Amino acid sequence: MDSRTMWEKVKDITRGHSLWMLYYCTGCGAIELPPTMTSRFDMERFGIGPMATPRQADILLVTGYLSTKTLRRVIYTYEQMQSPKWLVGFGSCTLNGGIYHDSYATINQLDQYLPVDLYLAGCMPRPEVIIKGFKQLMEMIKTGEADGWKQYQDNREWYRKNQKKALGDLLYTTR
Amino acid sequence: MALIGKIVLFIVGAFVFQVALSGFSRKVIARIQKRRGPVFWQNFYDIGKLFFKKTSISHGFIFDFGVWMAFGGTVATLLFVPVGPYSVFPGQTNFIVIIYLLAIGSLGMAMSAVGSANPFASIGISRALTQMFGYDVPFALTVVIMIYVHRTSQVAKLAAVQSDIGWHLWVMPLSALVAFIALMAMLGKKPFDTPIAPAEIASGPLVEYSGKYLGMLMVQHEFATFVEVGLFVNLFLGGGSTLLIYLVKYIIVYLLTVIISALMARFRVEQTVAFFWKWPLVLVFIQALIIIGIGIR
Ligand code: SF4
Repeated sequence: MDSRTMWEKVKDITRGHSLWMLYYCTGCGAIELPPTMTSRFDMERFGIGPMATPRQADILLVTGYLSTKTLRRVIYTYEQMQSPKWLVGFGSCTLNGGIYHDSYATINQLDQYLPVDLYLAGCMPRPEVIIKGFKQLMEMIKTGEADGWKQYQDNREWYRKNQKKALGDLLYTTR
Repeated sequence: MALIGKIVLFIVGAFVFQVALSGFSRKVIARIQKRRGPVFWQNFYDIGKLFFKKTSISHGFIFDFGVWMAFGGTVATLLFVPVGPYSVFPGQTNFIVIIYLLAIGSLGMAMSAVGSANPFASIGISRALTQMFGYDVPFALTVVIMIYVHRTSQVAKLAAVQSDIGWHLWVMPLSALVAFIALMAMLGKKPFDTPIAPAEIASGPLVEYSGKYLGMLMVQHEFATFVEVGLFVNLFLGGGSTLLIYLVKYIIVYLLTVIISALMARFRVEQTVAFFWKWPLVLVFIQALIIIGIGIR
């Protein structure tokens, strides 16, 4: 049952039509983003565009494997973004570790540490998949389904516990 | 009461027109790059989305105040620009007033961005103000020539005289060229977009803005565009005897800047200043000599 008021629905539809993204190019998956943004697949026709800083962005793309060192930066980046915000995991590496599943230096499941709204499967996901995924994310935003940022606020304890487990005391240092 | 109604109508009209036009210009850029591009009302979504953000972080009083100052200053400037046959305060369209008020917008933004204490913002602001040094001198000179010839600094009057002597674009072509180049720098279009430079200094002054603040600055930028392009249309293309003619001229000038900027790469900031103080300044002096020497027929 949809409990949103009319005004909130208007807001959600507006949000769903304009996504500014910040891509955190950790892994190889990022290489499929340039063709998605430029003339061949033209992401801008849906109102999706790159932005320069976390403050301005609405969606954070984590493109590929995350070593524990970069996980800390991703957490900072995500927390600097202004809600409502969404996080998209790219490729099997964020989903279950992918080909790095037994590495000592990477994390396997991104959603243990940050709330992921959408996963794009594939190693690496092709531009077609990226566009399809984004269309789906836009639908989810319009219907108010994508609420990872709320989950993150509500289950902060649980996320913090997992983050601490992976990073130890390093979580709050700036080294 | 009637005055307030007029002001509100003017501001809303300028907002709707300019935001739709800048959305359309995204489409134009996309076609140049062989893409489809977003719908022309995309910028309304973007601005709406920014105002609908649930949180927007503030970095202290100076930060907030600067944004309001920039916004207020630019809206105030807007009211002094004649749009075709209309102006909010008839007879009050002094060029000096417009230039002074327009500076409040830039200064407010400078103050606010420095208040965010982000080094990228400081770099961006210092670049923006350096660039202003570059283009303001030639641009002001083009207008000084005009004021000298016609003995008035009312923008509306300067626009009106052109129905007798022909457009300033034809009467003083070198001035018009210089003013157009300066206009591109004022709008921050490429090749003069060093202050923003997203890939280089992470969008410069805008680096720390989010949500409502960014939305306000976007609207402020649209209003500033309306003022600056409007100045060019009034000073060089004879304003407009009806609203429609004015808007057509406006659209042509604006799209020309957009198309040129889509084809350009970026200057470094010292190259920008060196450029402006070399070619446009020389051209505008030649124009001044011609005008003083032979007068306008
Ligand atoms: S999923 Fe594949 S392409 Fe993506 S980061 Fe992992 S190994 Fe690279």
